[in-house]
Amino acid sequence: MKVVKIDKQKWTEGIEALKRAYRLYGPVKEDRFYNFTLLEKGVPPDFNFQNTRLSPKTIIYPQTEVMFHYTLDESREDHHILKEVPGDAVPKAIVGIRPCDAAAFLLVKRNFDTPEYRDPYWVKAYEGTTLVGLACRQPCQTCFCTTAGCGPFSEDGLDVLLVEETGAFLAKAISAKGEALLKTAGWGEAADGGPIAAMKREAETRIRSTVHTDRLAQKTIPELFDAPFWDDVAFSCINCGTCTYVCPTCWCFDIQDEVSGKSGLRMRNWDSCMFPLFTFHGSGHNPRNNKTKRVRQRFMHKLKYYVDKYSSGIQCVGCGRCIRQCPVNIDIRRVCELMNSYETCR
Amino acid sequence: MQNPYLPYPVRIDEIITETVDKNLKTFRFVFLNPEDEQKFAYKAGQFAELSVTGKGEIPIGIASSPTEKGFVKFTVNKVGLVSSCLHTMKAGDIMGIRGPLGNWYPWEALKGKNVVIIGGGFAFTTLRSSIVYMLDPANRKDFKDIHVIYGARSPGMLLYRSELAAWEQRDDINMHITVDASDDPDWKYNVGFVPTITEQKAPPGDADTYAIVCGPPIMIKFTQPVLDKLNYAHDHIIMSLEMRMKCGIGICGRCNIGKEFVCKDGPVFTLSQLNQMPREY
Repeated sequence: MKVVKIDKQKWTEGIEALKRAYRLYGPVKEDRFYNFTLLEKGVPPDFNFQNTRLSPKTIIYPQTEVMFHYTLDESREDHHILKEVPGDAVPKAIVGIRPCDAAAFLLVKRNFDTPEYRDPYWVKAYEGTTLVGLACRQPCQTCFCTTAGCGPFSEDGLDVLLVEETGAFLAKAISAKGEALLKTAGWGEAADGGPIAAMKREAETRIRSTVHTDRLAQKTIPELFDAPFWDDVAFSCINCGTCTYVCPTCWCFDIQDEVSGKSGLRMRNWDSCMFPLFTFHGSGHNPRNNKTKRVRQRFMHKLKYYVDKYSSGIQCVGCGRCIRQCPVNIDIRRVCELMNSYETCR
Repeated sequence: MQNPYLPYPVRIDEIITETVDKNLKTFRFVFLNPEDEQKFAYKAGQFAELSVTGKGEIPIGIASSPTEKGFVKFTVNKVGLVSSCLHTMKAGDIMGIRGPLGNWYPWEALKGKNVVIIGGGFAFTTLRSSIVYMLDPANRKDFKDIHVIYGARSPGMLLYRSELAAWEQRDDINMHITVDASDDPDWKYNVGFVPTITEQKAPPGDADTYAIVCGPPIMIKFTQPVLDKLNYAHDHIIMSLEMRMKCGIGICGRCNIGKEFVCKDGPVFTLSQLNQMPREY
């Protein structure tokens, strides 16, 4: 697809034009860390970052989201009947999303958009959002995207890929949605996309951290489930749940009712397999009643159950957030290696 | 786009207190919009999310049979926030039902076979649905011998007591009701735990005989060796599992055993399927 060149002047004008047509999100430095926020008029996306503290999954899949509203007032005819909340019809765009975080949406899509059921909240938000990626030319030391089915210039799940050059961007349209965004921004100066390939190769060589996943599929679930290393892996874990909250591919949620006076909401909130309540039965029984079982669930889900369920790669894009932010230094790369190289005595 | 999280509005039509400890009540629901009943077409063994507006949802097996029209029935044990609130509600109250959810007992495979139903305690709900379904005049010819082994702690803790008595009178179903113990001098059925009664009363396993087992973990643990002794093949032992659930449609991520979601790939699994899955339930 076509490549355009955007100089500094055009960039600023285009961003402001996009804000008029889209709810535009971009990375902004908040206190010490970068995060994706809604960009108000005059606030530019700040690309002086490697990656954000939290993944931008929250823009499509908010940490807390209203599903239904209702009234408990029995004088009203429709009392105790759940009503759908009107959806947000304004299109969204995320500018500066890293390729790994965009690819993560494709992995998560398999969960929310299935042949049997479509989650309307996630699907509508995803379909209404245009993803403008920013290629990684200076990856973090903990990035292992190239062996996690992704890469610093990966186009999977993106609508536009931006490549930063001195004083300008090259923008490659990847989808029709992306072309429409470039047009809206007024970015149309045709450019030669040829140099992108060399920049891509160079960026890929900068990713030094790797995982091996080639032997995960051939092992059985009970074999890995009963492997002897889980107590060791979980030993230092404090079940804080940080890994699941910062992960772009974690999707588990809870559903709760909130009532104030006579009116109420049914909401969904991010949940985490690290928490004991996640699987706690009403009877008091808990199938994952200790931290080893919960840690095992997280890694087995990402590195084995997902692989088997969808006959695909792992449920991880190699962004490295869980490694950087784990307070006790649990490293998914090490766990993946333990699992991939594990052999039972037969 | 259909919203799979939106419950059908229902009115509580009737509430029956089932057990002497008053912890189990059966709720009969009528759909506020009659066309929703067609959309709720279910098979015996499935469950639904009961939605108590303002409190939340609980996954409960459907106790009525698809052959019973005009209502749906659920028997609910008083345990947590939602079920406790449900127990305080009265006929006429409005709430919601979302479903039907999950898979069902393998009715196609069970055609022309002997069916042995083994249940304990309050896990008899989808088994009641199955019995009513099989005994329906239109369906009874599809099955050979039907045995039911059902036990509770005491006579007053048995569910559906008048129906049990009526089935006892029939000659097309072999009832083996039991209690762990009884001080009732008039108790005329079995005394003993479900595994013991199963060993005494259940027919031996063969290619034409399937067991459907539903009960508390302790009952399942001791019934399984009995069925092995009786030569039931593991793909002829059918079980229904319970798990903490929220979405009920395989999306929210909490009820998995290995790669299977109990809410969507289950709750019904054969023992051979369970043997391939991690023992995390």
